[in-house]
Amino acid sequence: MSEQEYSQITATLAITKASLKSIFRSPSAVVFSLAFPLIFIVVFGFIGGGSISVDVGLTKNSDTTNMLYKILDGENSGVNLIAYKSEELMNADLKKGNIAAIINIQPVDATHDGKIKVALQLCDASGRNGKIFQSQLGSIVSNINSTGTPVSDMKIQMAEPTTIQGRAYKSIDFILPGQLGFSLLASGVFGTAFVFFSLRQTLVLKRFFATPIKRSGIVIGEAIARLIFAMMGSVVIILIGKFAFGFTLIHGVTTFLEMLLLCSLGLIVFMGFGFVVSGLAKNESSIPPLANIITMPQFLLAGTFFSISNFPSWLQPICKILPLTYLNDALRKVAFEGQGLWDVHTQILIILAWGVGVYILAIKVFKWE
Amino acid sequence: MNTAKTIISVKDLVKKYGDFMAVKGISFDVYEGEIFGLLGPNGAGKTTSLEIMETLREKTSGEVLINGLNVDHQQQEIKKIIGVQLQAAGYYPGLSLMELLQLFSGLYNRKVNEMEMLASVGLQDKAKAKHKELSGGQKQRFSIATTLINNPKIIFLDEPTTGLDPQARRNLWDLIREIRDKGTTVVITTHYMDEAENLCDRVGVIESGKIIAMDTPDKLIDNLIASGFERKKEVKKANLEDVFLALTGKEWRDE
Repeated sequence: MSEQEYSQITATLAITKASLKSIFRSPSAVVFSLAFPLIFIVVFGFIGGGSISVDVGLTKNSDTTNMLYKILDGENSGVNLIAYKSEELMNADLKKGNIAAIINIQPVDATHDGKIKVALQLCDASGRNGKIFQSQLGSIVSNINSTGTPVSDMKIQMAEPTTIQGRAYKSIDFILPGQLGFSLLASGVFGTAFVFFSLRQTLVLKRFFATPIKRSGIVIGEAIARLIFAMMGSVVIILIGKFAFGFTLIHGVTTFLEMLLLCSLGLIVFMGFGFVVSGLAKNESSIPPLANIITMPQFLLAGTFFSISNFPSWLQPICKILPLTYLNDALRKVAFEGQGLWDVHTQILIILAWGVGVYILAIKVFKWE
Repeated sequence: MNTAKTIISVKDLVKKYGDFMAVKGISFDVYEGEIFGLLGPNGAGKTTSLEIMETLREKTSGEVLINGLNVDHQQQEIKKIIGVQLQAAGYYPGLSLMELLQLFSGLYNRKVNEMEMLASVGLQDKAKAKHKELSGGQKQRFSIATTLINNPKIIFLDEPTTGLDPQARRNLWDLIREIRDKGTTVVITTHYMDEAENLCDRVGVIESGKIIAMDTPDKLIDNLIASGFERKKEVKKANLEDVFLALTGKEWRDE
């Protein structure tokens, strides 16, 4: 017997290495973590902002006979034009962030030669919706200018100067963080649940117990592998978003690293859900329904595809308790608005609180055998 | 064998699952360097007793010492000196045999030559194969290879030949004897009496959680004959298995 000290770290890393190899060879892991989010990003990247609907106030005396109005008023414009009874009410709603912007469309002169000018009012309070609308409006205007009746003199007036003045908010800036967050949720919940369930069922875990590694070492080794895999996926998603679709990383590498840190935090919390599912599942086929109970509502309600503000007000409180909401929110703020991790500490704390709760539950329901 | 050193000592071992008493106070010693067989029908408590010795299961009462180490509070130390083969254990999905051995060498903190390990169980040609691609006999041989990585003092084999054809069984017996001859103590469970008779130096017979007989296979047979037992049918010099092996060859096949 050699009396050298047994290293739990060596043993843990051996599990990590084996697990990573196994994940990379499992087609479903690669498809779920990379292909799915990328497909959504590509699809929504090309569709543009169509899926995002914003409320916009239209000034009373606006011209409604022009092409721009018709486009904005159309069914699938993603814009909901609201006519207000009074100017004050409209301005107040803008200041509260209830509407994303106010536009005023006027003919350039009385001759009605089809030329119009557009004035746009934005406010900090409306957050990203203002920028979404601004960029939509910009692209619609340039479309009209290049094809139909020219819209000249498009003027954008800011109600109050904002920190992100003049930066175009592209739909990829909304879609990518949502997809990233959701891919982490799916990978964390499904991946962890299936792996631990099957390792338990096939007695792989039991065989590990017969070696000197501690149980915590097995879990940590597995978790590190999933973390490495998910971070590699996140890197690929962010880089493809950046170089193929012009995803905004305001402070470059710093923003990139901050996003990865948020992603790691999110994944660790989501893996807790996976542990819970693997503990509750009676058999393999009960994993997907259980995992879907956790992932589907977040997929739909956590601002993955649509801004939460699109949901009816009775649904919003539910949206606002989901952990993915806060991960998505933090990712968007960091990536697009250039906020530091400290600026999103509220979101981080909420995610952490979920983490504490979920892991307490996971420890209670997790089964080793 | 009587002068041999005791390496496993089990005293008054009891295991209850709720009201059900799976093991009802068994005691036995295993000597260093022997192949010790725990025999008994399914559900007699063999696997439970084995798993308690392997530190995989908590006992209800009694004392179990593995090479002088107590299963109650020296589990980590015990795990370092034993090799464990589980009934129907799976291996990490998607990895080759070579990679699985690397995993186990990490788990045991041992540097091993994986190819040599595979060669020692006759699987050197399967280094790149996945576990699920192996035949039943190969799976058991591989499983035994993983028990040898930490150069253990004792290996525990739980029904290693169940489901194997006669050639593969004989082949596995040879392997187990080789391991014993290199100085490793082997504890094996089986419900095949021919296996116990061929392979084990000593056996303990478990029935309904109790040990009802313990000695060398020869001695147990002699005892029975001495009590006046006679087989109803005159035993021939060969049996059907001998016929089968003579017809199909003793050569062990992969599939």
